[in-house]
Amino acid sequence: MLTIKNLHAEVEGKQILKGINLEIGKGEMHAIMGPNGSGKSSLASVLAGRENYTVTEGEVWFNGKNLLDMSPEDRAREGVFLAFQYPVEIPGVSNLNFLKTALNEIRTYKGLPALEGREFLKLTKEKQQLVDFNANLMNRSLNEGFSGGEKKRNEIFQLAMLDPQLAILDETDSGLDIDALRIVSNGVNKLRDAEKSFVVITHYQRLLEYIVPDFVHVLYNGRIIKTGTKELALELEERGYDWLKEELHLKESV
Amino acid sequence: MMNSNEIIDDIANKEYEFGFTTDIEMDIAPPGLNEDIIRFISAKKNEPEWLLEWRLKGFAAFKKMQFPKWQHFEMPELDLQALSYYAAPRKKKQLNSLDEVDPELLATFEKLGIPLNEQKALAGVAVDAVFDSVSVATTFKGKLKEMGVIFCSFGEAVQEYPDLVRKYLGTVVPHSDNIFAALNSAVFSDGSFTYIPKGVRCPMELSTYFRINAQNTGQFERTLIVADEGSYVSYLEGCTAPMRDENQLHAAVVELVAMDHAEIKYSTVQNWYPGDKDGKGGIYNFVTKRGICKGNASKISWTQVETGSAITWKYPSVILQGDYSEGEFYSVAVVRNKQIADTGTKIHHIGKGTKSRIISKGISAGRGDNSYRGLVAVGPRADNARNFTQCDSLLIGNQCGSHTFPYIESRNKTAMIEHEATTSKIGEDQIFYLNARGIDTEKAVALIVNGYVKEVLNQLPMEFAVEAQKLLSITLEGSVG
Repeated sequence: MLTIKNLHAEVEGKQILKGINLEIGKGEMHAIMGPNGSGKSSLASVLAGRENYTVTEGEVWFNGKNLLDMSPEDRAREGVFLAFQYPVEIPGVSNLNFLKTALNEIRTYKGLPALEGREFLKLTKEKQQLVDFNANLMNRSLNEGFSGGEKKRNEIFQLAMLDPQLAILDETDSGLDIDALRIVSNGVNKLRDAEKSFVVITHYQRLLEYIVPDFVHVLYNGRIIKTGTKELALELEERGYDWLKEELHLKESV
Repeated sequence: MMNSNEIIDDIANKEYEFGFTTDIEMDIAPPGLNEDIIRFISAKKNEPEWLLEWRLKGFAAFKKMQFPKWQHFEMPELDLQALSYYAAPRKKKQLNSLDEVDPELLATFEKLGIPLNEQKALAGVAVDAVFDSVSVATTFKGKLKEMGVIFCSFGEAVQEYPDLVRKYLGTVVPHSDNIFAALNSAVFSDGSFTYIPKGVRCPMELSTYFRINAQNTGQFERTLIVADEGSYVSYLEGCTAPMRDENQLHAAVVELVAMDHAEIKYSTVQNWYPGDKDGKGGIYNFVTKRGICKGNASKISWTQVETGSAITWKYPSVILQGDYSEGEFYSVAVVRNKQIADTGTKIHHIGKGTKSRIISKGISAGRGDNSYRGLVAVGPRADNARNFTQCDSLLIGNQCGSHTFPYIESRNKTAMIEHEATTSKIGEDQIFYLNARGIDTEKAVALIVNGYVKEVLNQLPMEFAVEAQKLLSITLEGSVG
């Protein structure tokens, strides 16, 4: 579904991604871990098409289409979803109005009729229950005055509503207490199916206790330096990243 | 892929869609400002002697005054002698019905979305259409008259209801109020007059549509609305002008009088030609608007959506004289290209228990410069007066300006005055967030702007809220992509 080949990217002239290779198949759950500043969130931003990142080398293919040629909105319409690490607030725009606009933009792109009135509300209610999202937040302005946890839960709710093929969760666990973490993870688990793939970016192994990954990748200094299964995450929790860094330097010096 | 610079370019380059001119035979007075032209206008309109005298007093006051210097923009050079002070479509005889109005004029208003044919007209809205210096048609006059509501052109009111006009004219905005009001008093040509009798709730929206067409003319109209005890009226004005390279002056005066328990809601959707992207041409919109809540528990509410004009300079104000009277001001002012707006309100709390609410939303794009200027004055008698002011600025791009000049004068210890202000930018991160949900940049900007102004647009009558929303989208979006 998603193929990343030798991806290099820079921001403000600084090289951040230095040759990422990654293959994500349908229905797979990939976790990307790594120390601060390793390029995890930059990878998410590049995939979603954030303007200030420049791809200097490499390719990204999504369902056979060149993702890097597409505008951010077209990537979203094609089925790439980024759950933001810091969801932005937009005063005066209700959550509901925003979601309806987004959903119908995507549906129109796919040649589907727009969802209006009752149909839309029905879908809203269904997804709201699925991911346990507070109905009171629906008519509030988008993320305005939401707590950190509410914002993250809103991202998962949007994920449920927009039903993408690939969901990238950028440190969705950061700033969540244990209850919120459980709710968010439950939501994600309910959305998992054979068609949908996930990339979960996280700092901590904690999240992966709830969302069990098929693959774990370690990103360091703009490159994936190790790939394993969920056991790798446990090992990282226990030993930290230093041993991996040393292993890498050893390899590079040979 | 769009970046924010392209968005801003698009916003700056969107063209004005009402810029056409109407080719019609006109009576145009020779340029020049002097007593003769004032006498000429007065005679042309067959005015009584007292009105001519009032005009001449206005002119005398005007001659002693100078242009103000306190505004937050450079005063453009105005050659008032070069303007023509009277321009009217030539008509052969007295018009008795709409059928006799020049079809060219009807077509013009139809093109502007203001059909003057009552069958085609928006249900529930009566329109007085003003073309250059004169009113060309007023719809639903008969139906309104059945309820005792007077809604007609100013000229007609002077002929038919001279006592009412004389009683209220200049009582809210005196002939010597400020230089533009004085000029207007001297040379005003037409406008609208409305009287709502005691206890009547006006059954339809009343509306004036102003169109400047002729070249090298100014438009100086007066609107006077009197709401008698316990009555209610909602009034809307709209305006457009052709694209011309020269600037044109629009110096109108609006006076509102609300008696005991009366309510006047006055809405403006202003879309005068704003000039081109280099700031060439456009209307100077220098208008004096003021209402007085004369009676107890009366209410006056101004709502304005200002998207046009090269310079918008006005402060729709309310004098809260009656006890427990209420004043409101809701404003959206948009500037882009090189447009300038210096607008806001003045609220004078005189009676006790008076309340006011000010919500101002400025949007600046391109190289536009937007200022909010507002005065809240509480007099010694205004026990327990209350004011709430919220003043927000939204910036699009980094070449625009936004300024806030609040003045608060309280001479009563029991008064409560609140002022809140925010400045925000449409952030790239907001746009990217919406992009990442499948919403393109053009729609994203519209969504953000409409969210931002919602509180004000909610104040407009339904039919016009939709129009205003569209206008804002046209004004700001541009064709992205």
